[in-house]
Amino acid sequence: MQKKLQVEAIEHGSVIDHIPAQQGVKILKFFKFTQTKEKITIGLNLATHNGEGKDLIKIENTFFNDQQANQLALFAPNATINQIKDFKVVNKFQVQLPSSFIGVLVCPNSNCISHNEPVNTRFYVHQKNSLKLKCHYCEKSFERSTFDELD
Amino acid sequence: MNNPLYQKNIISIPDLSRSDLELILQTAQSLKKTPQPELLKNKVVASCFFEASTRTRLSFETAVQRLGGSVIGFDSGGNTSLAQKGETLADSVKVISSYADAFFMRHPQEGAARLASEFTSIPVINGGDGSNQHPTQTLLDLFTIYETQSRLDNLNIAFVGDLKYGRTVHSLAQALSLFNCNFYFISPEALAMPDYITEELNERGINFSLHNSIEEVVDDLDILYMTRVQKERFDETEYQHMKSAFLLNAGMLSNAKVNLKVLHPLPRIDEIDIDVDDTPYAYYFQQAQNGVFARQALLALLLTNHFQANA
Repeated sequence: MQKKLQVEAIEHGSVIDHIPAQQGVKILKFFKFTQTKEKITIGLNLATHNGEGKDLIKIENTFFNDQQANQLALFAPNATINQIKDFKVVNKFQVQLPSSFIGVLVCPNSNCISHNEPVNTRFYVHQKNSLKLKCHYCEKSFERSTFDELD
Repeated sequence: MNNPLYQKNIISIPDLSRSDLELILQTAQSLKKTPQPELLKNKVVASCFFEASTRTRLSFETAVQRLGGSVIGFDSGGNTSLAQKGETLADSVKVISSYADAFFMRHPQEGAARLASEFTSIPVINGGDGSNQHPTQTLLDLFTIYETQSRLDNLNIAFVGDLKYGRTVHSLAQALSLFNCNFYFISPEALAMPDYITEELNERGINFSLHNSIEEVVDDLDILYMTRVQKERFDETEYQHMKSAFLLNAGMLSNAKVNLKVLHPLPRIDEIDIDVDDTPYAYYFQQAQNGVFARQALLALLLTNHFQANA
C-alpha cells in the first residue's frame, strides 16, 4: 500500500515545510497563529529521510513578508515557504538568517540593560553554523536555545 | 585635518580601529609631554557614576580639570532620581546631557553606555558597564605599553590571574589583537581565557599559548600583565595549593629582559609582592597615572576637532 500523507491541500495561503521537529508549535505561538480564524493544518513529527522528523504548517490566506520569513529562521533555519494561489505553488523560497533580530528576543543575560529600559532588543547573528546571537547592548553571545521570545 | 573621533562615542574596544587607537595613544603622549590647560575651557563634562569607583572617577575628573574643563555629576547611583524615583536611564541621560558637552559614565549593568549613547547627541565615554567593557582602562594599558616599549607590534605579553572573569584582560587582548603580538595566558584551568576571546584571536591569526605558572615564560616577556586570582572562587585547600603559581616576587625576575615591565590594573592584594615595587620592572603606579593622560586624550579628541598631537 502506498504510504502517503493525507493532508488537505490549501487553495490560497502558505505552506511552511522543513521545520525541525518540536518547533512547529513554537512557530504557531510566535506568529500568533493560535489566535487567527484562518484554517490551519499542522503536521508534527512527520517522517524524514534522516530520521529526525519534521513539522509542517499550512495556513490559509496568510503570506509571509520578508521580515517574518527572516524571523522564521530563528526556529527553522532550513525551512521553505511555499506560496499557494488557486491550489498552485506560485512561489517557493527558503528562509534566510538575517544579520540581526530586532525586538524579537529577550536577552538571556539578566544584568543586561535592555531588560529595564525603553528600547528594542537587538541581536547580531554571530556564528551562522551553530546560530549564536550577540546582544547589541551587553555584547554577550548566546546559543539560540538559551533565548526566550518576547511576548 | 579633521580627527575621526570628533563627537564620537567610546563604548567598546572592538568599535575602535587600529588607526583610532594609534591616534589616541599619540594624543595621550603629546598631552603628557605638553600639557594643554586651556583646551577644554568653557566645556562642561558630566561625570555620572551610577556605581561607585575611586580611581576611574578621580582619574577622569582630574583629566577634565587638567584640560581646563568643568565637571558636573555624582559619585554613586544611590542618590539619583534614577534610584530614588525609578527614572529610566534613558530619561536621565537625556536630561543630564542637555547640560554638558560630554557624558562619562559607569553603570552596574552591561550595555548601559551603549544605551545611553542612543539617547543623546553628545559623546558618551564608557567608564565601565557591569562585567562588559572598560575601554578607558584598556586605553591607559595600551598607552603604558606603547610608552614603555615604543611600539605595540611584535611584543611578548603575558596575562596572569583571573582571565575568565576579568574584563580588563579581555578588552586588552582584543585591542592588542590588532597588533601582531604573542600572548601567554597564565591562569588556573578554571579561570582560563574564555572561548569567545581565543576564537577571535584564532580568526585573526594571533599566536597564543596557555601556561600553568609565571616562571614558565617570564624570561621571554616584554609585558607581564598581572591580575588577581580571587580566593573566593576556590575552596581553601585548592587555593593554597595553586596560588603560588600566580604570585610574583622580585626573585622570579632575575633573568627577565631589561625592557620587561610589570603592569596591573590595581588594586593589588598579594599577587605582586611589594619587593617587586623597587625593581626597574615595576610600572603599575605609573600605569595608574597614565589613566589621566589616556582620558585627557579622549576628551581632547572627542571635544575638539582642531587639536593636533605633537608627540
